[in-house]
Amino acid sequence: MMVKKNIQLDAAGRLKHFLSIEGLSKTILINILDHAETFTSVGERAVKKVPLLRGKTVVNLFFEASTRTRTTFELAAKRLSADVMNINIDASATSKGESLADTLRTLEAMQADMFIVRHQDSGAPEFIARLVSAGVSVINAGDGRHAHPTQAMLDMFTIRKHKPIFENLAVAIVGDIKHSRVARSEIHALKILGVPEIRVVAPKTLIPAEIEKLGVSVHHDIQQGIKDADVVIMLRLQKERMSSALLPSGSEFFNTYGLTSKNLKAAKPDAIVMHPGPINRGIEIDSAIADSKQSLILEQVANGIAVRMAIMSLVVGNASL
Amino acid sequence: MTIHETLDTTKLLNEVCEQLKGLIRHIDPNKLGFIGIHTGGVWVANKITEELQLKTNVGELNIAFYRDDFSKIGVHPTVKPSQLPFEVSGRHLILVDDILHTGRTVRAAMNEIFDYGRPLSISLVVLIARSGRELPIHADVCGADINLSKGGHVKLRGPEPLRLEICRDS
Repeated sequence: MMVKKNIQLDAAGRLKHFLSIEGLSKTILINILDHAETFTSVGERAVKKVPLLRGKTVVNLFFEASTRTRTTFELAAKRLSADVMNINIDASATSKGESLADTLRTLEAMQADMFIVRHQDSGAPEFIARLVSAGVSVINAGDGRHAHPTQAMLDMFTIRKHKPIFENLAVAIVGDIKHSRVARSEIHALKILGVPEIRVVAPKTLIPAEIEKLGVSVHHDIQQGIKDADVVIMLRLQKERMSSALLPSGSEFFNTYGLTSKNLKAAKPDAIVMHPGPINRGIEIDSAIADSKQSLILEQVANGIAVRMAIMSLVVGNASL
Repeated sequence: MTIHETLDTTKLLNEVCEQLKGLIRHIDPNKLGFIGIHTGGVWVANKITEELQLKTNVGELNIAFYRDDFSKIGVHPTVKPSQLPFEVSGRHLILVDDILHTGRTVRAAMNEIFDYGRPLSISLVVLIARSGRELPIHADVCGADINLSKGGHVKLRGPEPLRLEICRDS
């Protein structure tokens, strides 16, 4: 059988870059979750640092604005004792006409060991991964509509903490599926980890074509879509979409697809509610739900540090072999 | 690898306990803390505290994040968080491992301990010390010393019963 070469893996099948959940094995995903478990305990100590990446240089290469993803990556790298550089490309070299490849070579000349890349174009992190020299790792921190694999992994980690057996779960993802790289990565991760029932819930205009091919069921009614679900993942409604005629208005979206306590009653009584943030209160989620016990939104942020520590140390460790 | 010898650990444990009694005689039991290095060290530490009838929880230390061979083997595959059920600061720590060999594990363990706090002292207790030290580290309490060539190997099997397997060479 012909096996398509996955650029994320080295010849021995070890994770070298982390660009997309697609194409990774269940063993690799579970390994990341298990390591993240161990890193969680580091955050509870007096000194919240371990020396794993001491002497390594991590470059946060952000072509698109981000606060929480960049800061959790930065904190994760610092807790691994790496040196961190934050580079905001928008305001930097490319505006002076330097090409992406030249920018990268310059940064590599500074002995960077890892690039954390966020880019508005799908596939940019993979493009960079193909450019960097051997021994340098690339982690995708969100590219276009393609993938946001570390967010998906931290969500899997959060789910496993509360609902340990993936094989028993029904998970509903609600909101702007079409423009969401988070949704895409999550669907792949849930599938690989063995979740039998994955549903996407959104108006027709926000469902991408052929999404069913990923093995999900499509719902246009929120109560039906989250019925008896164990996990409800709300997505941020990007306000810019409302101006492009895909949606009538924020309040109308809230009335039809917002997560209210009334809607949430359709899910299992112990269902957990998640959201990758930042949340739009009163548009995709009711304030009372966002602040309720069922909501794990802040826990997701905290888990994001441990999960990113796990992914960074695994790829840097493998790349340096 | 052929196992040339299997040692019963009862005698070694008795020897360790005898020596340890002398070491901790002058220490306030409330200021004592036992830490075993995952996994063999934890087994040995549990045996010792049981034998000496010390009512203390044994801390478990997993040194995977502190090893000095990260650039050679990547992240260590054993993933189990360290658990220290007591405050390290202001305590006399008894650090327990099964086998003392190069000394690198002990160095890593001490580095990790200091990220939890500042102990008053650390004493090293091992079931067996084999030849091949690469760092200036010695055990304060040791069940036995054994001379092995570089290809030789000692492995503790357990937890019930504890037994030491010795391979003279590879």
